[in-house]
Amino acid sequence: MRRYISAYFEDEENLLRATKDLRDKQLTIQDVLTPFPIHGLDPILGFKRSRIPTIGFIGGAIGCIIAFGFQAWAFVVDYPLFIGGKPHFAIPSFIPITFELTVLFAAFAMVFAFLIRSKLGPGANNPIHDERITDDRFLIIVDLDEAGNQDELVKEILLKEEAQDIKVKEIDK
Amino acid sequence: MEEKYTLKRKTQYGILSIAGVGILLLILGYFIESPNRQELWTNVLINNLYFLFIALFGGVFLALHKISYAGWYTALKRIPEALTKFLPISAALMFLIYFGMHDLYHWSHEGLNDPILEGKEAYLNVPFFFARMALYFLGWIGLTYLLRKNTQNQDLNPDLKYHNRGKILAALFMVFFAITSSTMSWDWIMSIDAHWFSTLFGWFIFIGMFVCGIATIILLIAFLKSQGYLEYINKEHIHDMGKYLFAFSIFWMYLWFSQYLLIWYSHIPEETAYFAPRLNDHKVLFFTVLIINFLFPFLALMTRDAKRNLKWLSFVAIVVLLGHWLNIYMLVIPGTIGKTAQIGLIEIGFIALYLGGFLYVIFTSLTNTPLLVKNDPLLEESFHYET
Repeated sequence: MRRYISAYFEDEENLLRATKDLRDKQLTIQDVLTPFPIHGLDPILGFKRSRIPTIGFIGGAIGCIIAFGFQAWAFVVDYPLFIGGKPHFAIPSFIPITFELTVLFAAFAMVFAFLIRSKLGPGANNPIHDERITDDRFLIIVDLDEAGNQDELVKEILLKEEAQDIKVKEIDK
Repeated sequence: MEEKYTLKRKTQYGILSIAGVGILLLILGYFIESPNRQELWTNVLINNLYFLFIALFGGVFLALHKISYAGWYTALKRIPEALTKFLPISAALMFLIYFGMHDLYHWSHEGLNDPILEGKEAYLNVPFFFARMALYFLGWIGLTYLLRKNTQNQDLNPDLKYHNRGKILAALFMVFFAITSSTMSWDWIMSIDAHWFSTLFGWFIFIGMFVCGIATIILLIAFLKSQGYLEYINKEHIHDMGKYLFAFSIFWMYLWFSQYLLIWYSHIPEETAYFAPRLNDHKVLFFTVLIINFLFPFLALMTRDAKRNLKWLSFVAIVVLLGHWLNIYMLVIPGTIGKTAQIGLIEIGFIALYLGGFLYVIFTSLTNTPLLVKNDPLLEESFHYET
């Protein structure tokens, strides 16, 4: 059982200030949920650079080599056929498929890397902290165990920024 | 921020010496290589087109962002505006082609007895060719003049009507450009190989223009920043310019390949006649163009850090600008000079001369107006821009 505190804001400016305050006081924020991307939130939350692009590049490179290699092997070595008077090793005709598989592999690599890394997908345990996270509100969730159980301090910071509906919940995880 | 760019003596001498070197090389080349009329006119056409494209892209850049309600570009608006000021000179240079018509365009000869060209005569004839040219330049120069005038009026008067008028002007320019960019590329480039035609040729030329223009704007930002101006242009703006350069280099290759693949596949003599001389006589150049216009920027600008590093981005921009000059060279020379074409003193001299003149016009026009626009409702957004 872990204890979380959640509260929502009606304005993103309040959310930004509250987030900054909590971070400054070393109170661990579990998550911040917003209906649209907020400029300047990522640096305040102290996110590290995503490594997804690297995975995308590796996936794409593998897809590129597999697609080109397979076509070259199939058309030149395994089953050479004359098609339209072209040479067996006809690079221009390989390019569309090479391109498509590069994109496909890169996309799959990134999607699955994201799902695995953030523990999502079938069977994942995703507790809902507040029903309104899918609505037009800005929600902040603080992990109270990690924040040293300073309930009052967290509440104080949240209330200072006009947070509404502050709830403490116990959730299995 | 009442900042005006002042052209330093050093910069002025630098620009004039580029032009001077160009003239020197031309004189030297004239005696050493003794070029014929056709070679000279071909060089004039190539450089006319190249610098016209960059200047014209200034207008496209302004109009594109205006009609898409973009805010981020507002702080660097004066740079594309300065580019468009080269258009009248481009017009004068293009009309010079009248004297070299027969050296460049095979279809302009009398009594060809060529059924294909006779069929195209309603469009490809000398009077109509120049009438169209006049129309294009009238539209481009007129509309970019009005766009520039509009922002200058906005500087003096905070009325919102200038913003709204700008949107209408931008939309008009976009429509006019959409049609004329295609027909211009048929007229001036595709008609060199008058028997051949391609339906996506106009887009191919347009995207090449896009890449050249973006690269030029990047270099101008880098130069002005190194002189201590434009401190409000931050990494995010640079990042966006890098994205443009990256994305449109890929799109350029996409269009190039879309054209090539179909011709290669169907293997019809009328169509392959276009690529055969390019591949057989200029093999090295043919593949060099593809490598430095696509493969190099694709790999060099792939990461986020590369796009945000202005020094590296400027280097890539220089390479790509060189690549697109070679691209236009490869579009023009097989139909005019043919097999014997070589890049020598004459070619380099022409580039240097044009470049010197072009830079002189751009930098003097940058000094005319403050580098930052005023009273634009989207200006504040541009300062706080973040991706």
